Amino acid sequence: MAVEKEKLIEMYTKMLTIRRFEQRVAEHFAAGKIPGFVHLYIGEEAVAVGTCANLRPDDYITSTHRGHGHLIAKGGDLKRMMAELFGKRTGYCKGKGGSMHIADVELGILGANGIVGGGPPIAAGAALSAQYRGTDQVVACFFGDGAANQGTFHEGLNMASIWKLPVIFVCENNHYGISLSQLKHMNVADIADRAKAYDIPGVAVDGNDVIAVYEAAHEAVRRARAGEGSSLIECKTYRHRGHFEGDPQVYRPPEEAEAWLKKDPLPRFEAKLMEMGVLTGEKAKQIEQGIVAKIDEAVRFAEESPFPAPEELGDDVYTA
Amino acid sequence: MRKLTYAAALNEALKQEMRRDPAIYVAGEDVAKYGGIFGVTAGLLEEFGEKRVKDTPITESAIIGSAVGAAATGLRPVVELMFIDFIGVALDQLFNQAAKMKYMFGGKAKLPIVVRTTCGAGMGAAAQHSQSLEAWFMHIPGLKVVMPSTPYDAKGLLVTAIREDNPVFFIENKMLYGLEGGVPEEPYTIPFGQADVKREGSDVTIVATAAMVHKALAAAAELAKEGISAEVLDPRTLTPLDEESIINSVKKTHRLVIVQEAVKRAGAGAEIAAVVAERALEQLDAPIARVAAPFTPVPFSPALEKAFIPTEERIIAAVKEVVG
Ligand SMILES: Cc1ncc(C[n+]2csc(CCOP(=O)(O)OP(=O)(O)O)c2C)c(N)n1
Ligand SMILES: [Mg+2]
Repeated sequence: MAVEKEKLIEMYTKMLTIRRFEQRVAEHFAAGKIPGFVHLYIGEEAVAVGTCANLRPDDYITSTHRGHGHLIAKGGDLKRMMAELFGKRTGYCKGKGGSMHIADVELGILGANGIVGGGPPIAAGAALSAQYRGTDQVVACFFGDGAANQGTFHEGLNMASIWKLPVIFVCENNHYGISLSQLKHMNVADIADRAKAYDIPGVAVDGNDVIAVYEAAHEAVRRARAGEGSSLIECKTYRHRGHFEGDPQVYRPPEEAEAWLKKDPLPRFEAKLMEMGVLTGEKAKQIEQGIVAKIDEAVRFAEESPFPAPEELGDDVYTA
Repeated sequence: MRKLTYAAALNEALKQEMRRDPAIYVAGEDVAKYGGIFGVTAGLLEEFGEKRVKDTPITESAIIGSAVGAAATGLRPVVELMFIDFIGVALDQLFNQAAKMKYMFGGKAKLPIVVRTTCGAGMGAAAQHSQSLEAWFMHIPGLKVVMPSTPYDAKGLLVTAIREDNPVFFIENKMLYGLEGGVPEEPYTIPFGQADVKREGSDVTIVATAAMVHKALAAAAELAKEGISAEVLDPRTLTPLDEESIINSVKKTHRLVIVQEAVKRAGAGAEIAAVVAERALEQLDAPIARVAAPFTPVPFSPALEKAFIPTEERIIAAVKEVVG
């Protein structure tokens, strides 16, 4: 499949934005500026970007505890994201949500989620809504290999399959649920095989190859928009950092991590774009500078923003 | 007495009980190789092996449900629910299966299950990782509900829970894991339904649970400087609830302040207040006061979380109000 040049550059820019954003988050977490749990997406950028590059602004996504990448890929605003991570009033959730709950409903981002497996039924519901309202919107539902064992995975996929709902179930198989290796938490090698249980298409792709993800998602989105129903895409990938910041990572063999680092999706895509003549060293530098400037601005915005006032605690519990 | 942290005290209880009884196994997310996300099950895998210390998939319903099946057929599972907030994923197996099986079967089942979990705010973990939901479990006949506040209580109550033949919902507080205190080396039990007077006093009774016990103690120390003598009582188990000790303390002080970290509405404190109102209303010289969280989810921002969790200052103010 030939992907347009601009699209390729856009995907590269998004991937690099996620990488740099997450690196900055790690720094500020270590410095004590960001409280709570932070799960970084470094190493998995190709999954969110390859998928969301097929989505329209009015399409939906459901995200996970490891959600920063999904948000950025779907068009999330870096300033409001960073402010939320800092617990500031100007953040996406007015400081009430934090990393695990960032959402932008206007952009179709139905929230990061602190509950593993929380997403698939919600995705089915958003898709039901699109179908019900007669739009051709689709829903991309991101979840991990660990989440693929939850009852909600089965319930969500089954419902989506019987009602032919427009959902693209995107499993980010980074081979671990915290410390537990996929080898020990499920008996199948390819989570995509589980699609058979719902009689929907299931494909396993190299999740560190953004083009492979893009192509698989392209077909799944086409199918969903055409009213043909759901698909399951398994993207095989690896997180470069601990499960959360501060994870001692006693459970991962160093050789394994090294092997995966060699398959880092970002340098791979960069090399490919250079080879294709789509990207030059000069252009890459320009893109990098633009991203760094944006992230600097986001951090400045977060630092300078006020904390919410204690009186705001009771706001937004109910719709008035 | 030798000192241990709350986490280490729990860890020691698990190890000693597992050495004593081969029917005990431990299962949960990241409990084996990782040693538990808060370190409570550290070293268990090394000592007892994979048969008895099991890392499970992220499937809370099956973690608790498998404990029901195993317990009904002769084992003594001690399973970990990483955060109390995740109970929603598994609730049926706990409240319709574990809690009711014995009764529904006319007494013909024994369910020696411990579900260990962690509650509480204070680390910026936000709305789905910080709740205090103990009241939910108090509302379910068939469950026992434990909430230790000190390393000593943690060990003794966990040993009792493991030896108990009924399902026990054992709620640890994540902000207490690092707290140090005296803990005997040998195994010991603390009977359920026995409150502990953490500080004696004569002007007011403060009933507090979990992390709030320590705030109540700090408040009592401050109040003493102003000549107000507060008694701090920790029920330690919410089901069964030691009504006698609470009533006796109120008979002595004639004033009651109840402190809980959970939201005030329909919380454990409401039950305690009702018990006192039913059984000792005439003993009270002032209305009962409750210090609790506002009726909101737990917010993320430290600026809001600080305002959410009951403080020593709020306890002091409540005491002064009832002491008049
Ligand atoms: C219902 C529930 N159970 C457990 C957890 C704790 N937890 C948070 S992330 C995680 C691992 C998730 O693994 P996976 O789905 O593979 O996603 P990954 O972290 O690898 O991206 C666990 C166990 C949770 N948040 N929610
Ligand atoms: Mg995973």
